[in-house]
This record gives sequence, structure tokens and C-alpha cells, in this order.
Amino acid sequence: MAVAAGVLEGGFADAVMEGQAVFRAVLEAMARPGTVQPVAGLQRAPRPLSPVAAALVATVCDGDTPVWLDPSLAPGGSRTRGPGDGGAVAAWIAFHTGAPLAATQGEAQFAICADPALLAPLESFARGTQDYPDRSATLILQVDTFSEGEPLLLEGPGIAGRAGAAPGPLPRHFRDQWRQNGACFPRGVDLIFAGPDAVMCLPRTTRILETQR
Amino acid sequence: MTATADIASYNFAYLDEQTKRMIRRAILKAVAIPGYQTPFASREMPMPYGWGTGGVQVTAAVIGPQDTLKVIDQGADDTTNAISIRKFFQKTAGVATTTKTQEASIIQTRHRIPETPLQAGQIIVFQVPIPEPLRFLEPRETETRKMHALEEYGLMHVKLYEDIARNGRIATTYAYPVKVEGRYVMDPSPTPKFDNPKMHMSAALQLYGAGRERRIYAIPPHTRVVSLDFEDFPFEVQKFDKPCALCGAEQVYLDEVILDDRGGRMFVCSDTDHCEERRAAGHVGELAEQPR
Repeated sequence: MAVAAGVLEGGFADAVMEGQAVFRAVLEAMARPGTVQPVAGLQRAPRPLSPVAAALVATVCDGDTPVWLDPSLAPGGSRTRGPGDGGAVAAWIAFHTGAPLAATQGEAQFAICADPALLAPLESFARGTQDYPDRSATLILQVDTFSEGEPLLLEGPGIAGRAGAAPGPLPRHFRDQWRQNGACFPRGVDLIFAGPDAVMCLPRTTRILETQR
Repeated sequence: MTATADIASYNFAYLDEQTKRMIRRAILKAVAIPGYQTPFASREMPMPYGWGTGGVQVTAAVIGPQDTLKVIDQGADDTTNAISIRKFFQKTAGVATTTKTQEASIIQTRHRIPETPLQAGQIIVFQVPIPEPLRFLEPRETETRKMHALEEYGLMHVKLYEDIARNGRIATTYAYPVKVEGRYVMDPSPTPKFDNPKMHMSAALQLYGAGRERRIYAIPPHTRVVSLDFEDFPFEVQKFDKPCALCGAEQVYLDEVILDDRGGRMFVCSDTDHCEERRAAGHVGELAEQPR
């Protein structure tokens, strides 16, 4: 079987230093929800996986972490894909990280979503158990913007007072879904938004306040 | 550098990349669930358990070439444990080190929080011997895990109550239990309770690593950290009768130093950097050498 050349390329040139830099940006973003932390993306990773999402995958995923790909990224699902790139994202992830594909959403430790507006309900992903709430999925959502999406007013650990953010596009009924996610605490999923050149996080502890419009 | 030197060198910050990824994933979950003890596959380190293997692994997973590292052991930069860990990261990561709290981007500590308030962007890494605050009350991990799951912390209040019944006050002076963001009861590692108020709404990220017990936990910045107490016996920190004998500082944590075998002793700042900076700024305590 011929392997597309693109699969072998586009990973970290220096996995140790670049992985550390990406992780520190994500750690800072997770510790300070709503803040936007710059990340250098992997420009040559196969589309529709975004460069920043690709850098996140290369940083946190390996053979121990089943990964779920949304229909536009997964092999076999053909919603937005052009001809000739069938399974390119899955093959790229397999080559560069060794991460297995999760058979179902519930098995995934990381879920990657190129089109958040079409994302399956948050509750279909692992929330962990009451004893082990860390055994929950982290969702990597590719977004176009952190400032021109839906304005969110955020509150919770990591935020001094309140913080504003406007990532977009967001999953459907996001406020309701996020409220339900928070109500399960300590269980719940955590979100990493991968923008064009930066990341922003919403850990399960962050509350979205109702705002008058 | 020659090619052979490259071959023989360690990976950056000692740990291999897969171990770092595993620790990094645990740290992210720990930050997302403040105060919850996240299990991780702790590695053997080139130092014995009890010498900070958990803190070292957390620091190794976080640190980068731009970082400046400070390591303290009971507030002091110049004691064995602090020096050996500082040298470890100088050797394996080539990072800059400092003793000045303000200049450090990562501070690894066993059991003190510096007197100088920490800033946004700083990370403080605690070395933790026993991460489970309920362990001495309930030895079974299966039970304590259930107690955390059900938020069943009555036993901890019984322990504090028994302190009062026996001693007339809460006699716990270190590893004083805290409740994080109104949910998890957490052991702040054996820091003197004097430092507990510094954890509340800190601007810095607090990470805790327990190597032997294989747990990582965290407190994000600006997070509520409340020391457990009773309405009629509120939480109090230690008070000292005298200021630091070297720099005259008040409202700081002091160490007792024995001076002779006739009962002579002095109390000095536990935080050596804080004491040195004050003396450099001209503050003089009663036993300090007079400036020339």
C-alpha cells in the first residue's frame, strides 16, 4: 500500500522543545480559563486538521491515548473532504503519535473536532467517574476566532473576578450543554479551543454566566 | 561540544518524552479538577523517595529552556535538598537558576511558600510526601477515594475536634487540611499552617507532586482555599513573640537556631531570600552584625 508522503511529514522538527512550549501554553490556558495563549502550529499537517490542533495532538497524544476524530476528520466519513485525502488525518496521527483511534466517543481520551457546530453532545464523551473524575475526555475543538464568536462571560477557578471570551464556532446549545457538564462536577469533560495561532481552555470548573442581551 | 558528548547526554530535563506526556496529561486534569489527587505513573528518579521525586517529575515535565528555577527546602535556598535538586536541573536541563523569588518562573519547594507574594505567570511546585489528607484517619485507599467521591469529610472535622478536646485548641500546625473551591479537602503538603493563607487566591499556579504515592494535584490561580475550622475555634496562624533576629522582619515564619549549650537561641527568617533582601536593604535585627 502506498503511503501518502504527507503522512510522514509535518511533525515537530524538535519534539522535545516544541512539545514543551505547546504544553506550557496549554497549561497556562487551562490554569487561566478564557485567556488566549499563542501556540506555533504545525503548518504541514494534513487538512482539515488545523495547524494548532495538530501541535496539540503531537504534544499530548501517544499510544496510551485513544483519539476520537469527528466525521470530517475520520477516515470513511466524507462530509467536507476533497478527493485523495481519505484517512490522511488518521494516518498522520498514527504515524506521528502512535495514538489508536477510539471506536466510540465514550472510549476517547482526546476528541478532535474540526467543526464544533456539528459536534456530538458533550455528554456522549467520557466524564470520568465520581471516584476517578480524571478519567474523562479532553475535547480539542478547532475554532476560527477567540474574539468574534459568541461572547461568553466566564467565572471560576483561575479567573480573577470575571473574564470575557468569544470563541467561535461553538457546539450547538453550548450554554445548556456546558451548564449540564458543570453540574456533574467533579465529573465532566474539559475543552481546549484550537484557534488559528493560539489556544484557549474551558476546564469543567469554569461557569458561563448568563448575560442580558 | 563533540558528537560523543551529545550521545552520552540526558534527554532535556532527564525524563523521556513519553513520561513527560503522561505527567503533562495528569497535570492538565489536576488543574481542571482543583484539589483532586490525579494518579500518575511515577518513575524511579536518581534520588530516593522522600527527596522530592514527585516535585522533580512535575518540574521536569513543565520546565523549558526559558525558565528560571528556584528551589527551596524549608524556605532556604542553601540546604542539601535544595542544592542537589537545583544542580540536577542545571545539569539535565541547563536552565538558569536563582535564589530570588521575584526572578523565578518556577519555584520548587518542600513545605514553604516564599514570603514575597507570588506573581501571575509563576509556578510553584510542592514536593509532597503523603498526598491523602485522610490517610492517618483511614488507611485504606479504597475508602478514602470513596470519601472524596461522596464529599464525606466528617472524619476530618472529628480529628480537628479531638485536637480541641485534648489540647483546648486545634493543635495541627503543619499539613493543615484545606478545602479547595468548596469541594475537595486537600493536604497542602507539610507546609506550616502559617503559609495556608498564601494559597488562597494566589496569583501563581500551584502544582503538587507525590512521587512515592503517585499522585499529582493542583490549585489554579485565583482559587478559593479555605483552612478547615469551627465557628468558635477559627483558623489561626502561628504568631511569633519577636521579629527576625537578623533582619527584624515581623509577620514572617521564623526558625529557631540554637546558639550554644547554655540555652542561647535566636529566631531567624525561614525564608533565606526574604531575609537577605531585607538585610541588603538596610534592615537590621538585634543579633545581626552591625554594618561596617
